[in-house]
Amino acid sequence: MINAVGREIPEEILKKTGKEPFKGAYVYDNYEYTKAAPKARTMMDPKRSKLVENIHDVLVKCGIKDGMTISFHHHFREGDYVVNMVMEEIHNMGIKGITICASSLGKANDPIVPYIEDGTIVGIQSSGVRGKIGEAISTGKLQDLAIMRSHGGRVRAIESGEVRIDIAFIGAPTCDEYGNMRANGGKSDCGVLSYAMVDAQYADKVVAITDCLVPFPNIPASISMINVDYVCVVDEIGNPAKIATGAAKPTTDVRKIMMADYCTQFVINTPYFKNGFSYQTGVGGASIASTISLGKIMEERGIKMGLGLGGITTPMCDLLAKGLIDKIVDTQDFDMGAIESIKSNPNHIEISASEYADPFNKGAYVNKLDFVILASLEVDVNFNCNVVVGSDGMITGAQGGHPDTAAGAKCTIVIAPLLQGRIPAICTNVTTVTTPGETVDVVITDYGIAINPRRQDLIECMKGVNLPFCTIEELRDKAYAIVGEPDPVQFGDRVVGIIEGRDGTIMDVVHEIKQYEFKD
Amino acid sequence: MIHPNKKRLRRSMMFLNCQKPGLIKDPYIYKPDSIMLDLEDAVAENQKDAARYSLYHALQEIDYRGVERVVRINGLDTPHWKEDIRVCVAGGADTIRIAKTETAQDVHTVEEHVLAAEREFGRPEGSTLLMAALESCKGVLNALEVCKSSERLIGIALSGGDYTKDLQTVITGTGVELQGARQQMIIAARAAGVQCWDTVFTNLDAMDVFEKECEMIKMMGFDGKSLVNPRQIAVVHKVFTPTQKEIIFAEKVVKEIDDKKAKGIGVFTVDGKMIDIAFYDGAKRTIALAKASGVYEGDL
Amino acid sequence: MEVKKAAVAGTLESSDAQVTVEPGNGSIELSIESSVIHQFGKQIRKTVLETLDRLDVKDAKVNVVDKGALDCTLKARVECAVYRSNDITENLPWGGVIK
Repeated sequence: MINAVGREIPEEILKKTGKEPFKGAYVYDNYEYTKAAPKARTMMDPKRSKLVENIHDVLVKCGIKDGMTISFHHHFREGDYVVNMVMEEIHNMGIKGITICASSLGKANDPIVPYIEDGTIVGIQSSGVRGKIGEAISTGKLQDLAIMRSHGGRVRAIESGEVRIDIAFIGAPTCDEYGNMRANGGKSDCGVLSYAMVDAQYADKVVAITDCLVPFPNIPASISMINVDYVCVVDEIGNPAKIATGAAKPTTDVRKIMMADYCTQFVINTPYFKNGFSYQTGVGGASIASTISLGKIMEERGIKMGLGLGGITTPMCDLLAKGLIDKIVDTQDFDMGAIESIKSNPNHIEISASEYADPFNKGAYVNKLDFVILASLEVDVNFNCNVVVGSDGMITGAQGGHPDTAAGAKCTIVIAPLLQGRIPAICTNVTTVTTPGETVDVVITDYGIAINPRRQDLIECMKGVNLPFCTIEELRDKAYAIVGEPDPVQFGDRVVGIIEGRDGTIMDVVHEIKQYEFKD
Repeated sequence: MIHPNKKRLRRSMMFLNCQKPGLIKDPYIYKPDSIMLDLEDAVAENQKDAARYSLYHALQEIDYRGVERVVRINGLDTPHWKEDIRVCVAGGADTIRIAKTETAQDVHTVEEHVLAAEREFGRPEGSTLLMAALESCKGVLNALEVCKSSERLIGIALSGGDYTKDLQTVITGTGVELQGARQQMIIAARAAGVQCWDTVFTNLDAMDVFEKECEMIKMMGFDGKSLVNPRQIAVVHKVFTPTQKEIIFAEKVVKEIDDKKAKGIGVFTVDGKMIDIAFYDGAKRTIALAKASGVYEGDL
Repeated sequence: MEVKKAAVAGTLESSDAQVTVEPGNGSIELSIESSVIHQFGKQIRKTVLETLDRLDVKDAKVNVVDKGALDCTLKARVECAVYRSNDITENLPWGGVIK
């Protein structure tokens, strides 16, 4: 069946998953449903301890068995040790058929690939995967379909009961013996624990894993003891050097700075750029440069941001410190500056992934965004974006909050250099659709800027603005004139994964990768 | 006939290594006035041949979108320059930058081979322009004869690295070691009616010093500067862009002179300043620069 | 043109291609490895074969390791390798068989 972004979703996949094809970004608005609820076990005897000696014992106490679904968060990013540590023990115990439901998985988790190959792990549900796990999925080593969900979509899947988490493992930079977890302090500071909050509320068993046990009560807690079954202390939950790097130096790449300047000029010429506006940006060089150049104009014109949202980097915190932002509302910290800021600045506030982006709660922050500045591997002439599958057909990225913020923001801007080597970023058809074009308003490249024709209002307000506007087809044609017209990636027949829309429908499927063949 | 591009705007002339495909594929994005595709110092001795094939196809197949394509060829004291000239002309380079020029004869030598190549490859005779880099004390002292050496010669460029070695000093950052050469060269260039460009500035971490240097050479009369990095382009353009005040004044001067000339008046005042016909060319240049910089909206 | 000995041109940097030519066994034996093989494999092969054809190379082993080079770079690397295998660096036929 062809879905609303023109993608063929095989009937067998619809049948197998019980899902519907994507029908549009807002068709589930006002939808009524009953939330799922976890099993809980009471804790009445004050003499009983939640502390468990090691991962093995905690797995036994949680009743680990074949076929369970377990969950993790990715706040330790490329410095994470928790996933590998738990999976190694599960593997050693001879457990099979595990499904991992993680907020994301990165290269740090490459060591679990052998467990995919030997059937310890049969399912992966994640915002995305990089490195060797992506290769394993793309080459058909995972038994079940991989499911790629946005950050908001993951919360929806858990809250609606589509996914039932048997055991949630939550790495906590600090924790007390009763399970109050905080993201700050200890050896593995990560700033916030936003993605893990829903796991704590909806998993049947919740395990805190920490390398810094602190005296009770560890408050204010990001995750409260009331949801925690066990606390396990280990030597190290992560590598601090890789959890948060120093603030990235502002880019000196003229191309990125140029695109950032285009972006800033665009932003300030929209009607949304006024006192109290809300804004989110990613961590790419051009996104950060946009924040910096926008900050200068805010200062010049005395315009303050009311809300800065999302994954946070130092340049946003600098604006907060200067009084140019009223509140930063934070779900992830990308560098040391952001972590320091949330510790010390009372206007820098931790929220849950549900508050951030969940389409199935009663209103998330993304819906209040004026601007979001995003990146994309590919954008097609219908403004559909691909942020998950690489140009070689391999799964290599994550949806993150891309589809959530795009759907929520009044003005969604995607910045992408027109060419990455020989690969055109603007193309006729993206390899895989992850964010529907109806939610993407503007594409900024080094060769020109295209506004989505659905946004005649934006086209109107850019009349007379001195920026290199053109159509998205013109951008594609410029790219093809330089590099040639690319052939589509040659995939195998087998579907290895699905890209889930934030409402739980199927946005696209990912096929198994195939050795390239010359066809005459 | 004077080549129509001889006096085009050349504020920013950016070097690019011909041997690096990633660099030469779309530098027009940065909007320099000219790119200088380098066959000389940036290319390793054993890759001189490889760089030429890349150059040829780049010149033939990449649409540089109106950016002037200068090629820096190897010096006349090397075995490479003759083939360099052939490939430049065959490929259709706009301009050849002659490295290590010391005399008018050097220019004549190159010109002879360029002409032969234009005939060999069926390019219009005289279509390939030349510029001369002065890189030695002798070259600097011969600036005037070099400037007057050829109809094809668009101007001279200082190459400070080699020049200061010849002077037995180094680039100090103060500019004192380059004072004489800069002064001598700009005077010679203006006397001969050609353009003049300052040497490269290589410390990319000192953008403020770079900007000061650009301001200084603009005040001295230079047309622009050789550049090593796209980051430098916007700075040069900013420095060379006339201010609104300068533009408005130049506009008045041009209009008043046109008007007064018709009425037979020679000397008059504009905004309290004494103005005569001697101001005309300068004011016209300011307008042209403003147009090129995209800041002129008047009707001149 | 004959490929007289093994010769190589180009690098493994992004946007470049490394082309190796060797004397062949009676025909063109072409192998291509590319970071953009899916999208541009066909085009790379076409460009390389056309360039060899223009140079009248009929008998050679040709190995291309492509890192996203544009056609103009592929041509330049093939030509350079072939002329290097003949030790020719001067009086090249610009605009003739090199085009």
